[in-house]
Amino acid sequence: MQAAVIVFPGSNCDRDVAVALERASGQRPLMVWHKDSVLPDVDLIVLPGGFSYGDYLRSGAIAAHSPVLRDVKARAEKGTAVLGICNGFQVLIESGLLPGGLLRNESLKYICKDVGLTVQSNESVFTRHYHSDQRVVFPIAHGDGNYFIDESGRKRLEDEERIAFRYCDTKGQVTPEANPNGSVANIAGIYNKQRNVLGMMPHPERLADPALGGNDGAAMFDGLVEALS
Amino acid sequence: MKARVHVTLKTGVLDPQGKAIQHALSQLDFDGVEGVRTGKVFELELTDTDQTHARERVEAMCQQLLANTVIENYDIEIG
Repeated sequence: MQAAVIVFPGSNCDRDVAVALERASGQRPLMVWHKDSVLPDVDLIVLPGGFSYGDYLRSGAIAAHSPVLRDVKARAEKGTAVLGICNGFQVLIESGLLPGGLLRNESLKYICKDVGLTVQSNESVFTRHYHSDQRVVFPIAHGDGNYFIDESGRKRLEDEERIAFRYCDTKGQVTPEANPNGSVANIAGIYNKQRNVLGMMPHPERLADPALGGNDGAAMFDGLVEALS
Repeated sequence: MKARVHVTLKTGVLDPQGKAIQHALSQLDFDGVEGVRTGKVFELELTDTDQTHARERVEAMCQQLLANTVIENYDIEIG
């Protein structure tokens, strides 16, 4: 599986996700600068975490208009797998590839900690190595991760089973107390309609090696390699 | 020509910064503030000479970049 990791000015998880991808696939991802207007031929495009353009205007808003995004959108529409993590999720939202908006955390605090998530739907190239309702632990590290969508939008996501992950407690229960940032219905990650685009606030690449204190993220990268090789 | 754009969060969208400011105002003994909504102001210097055309362009700028219309409203003043 050949992956490309897009690097924006301010990306800071680009190398972390490249390490996780190389560990799973044995192949080093191509690092693509945001000013490149044409992407190489790849099986997976990753928009990494960080603070693209310093989060000016709104998180992800400027990156969503950088030259490389035009080709990312075109590839996504043709079916190439696209994974946006944290700032990458914000970019996918701002570019219109995923619905909704990401607001400031309800607590107004930047939150950096491990959180529990339940896998809501494992029917995608990203989550096929998890079971539905499986509880996993990934870290979050964000100030603007409060997912918002209006009532009809939320219903559409639920009806189409496009919610990938929800924040949950240690027992796997989706409760208001387990919601770290105020997201609507504890939503932590969503798919597009074709399920080839996943955006999520938590960082699977930061717990994808037992040496990091957890390995729950590795199954995402292993699943991608299996599906896309 | 100048344009001023106000971008605010839509009604019903939680504004935690506004809530924090409201709380701070009450700490300063400013009573009777029932709500605070925060927002952004953009002042644009335009080369346009036609007001209608300028408004159309600024409208497009709001739709494409200045506001996220899923969560924000915008208001344009020209001149």
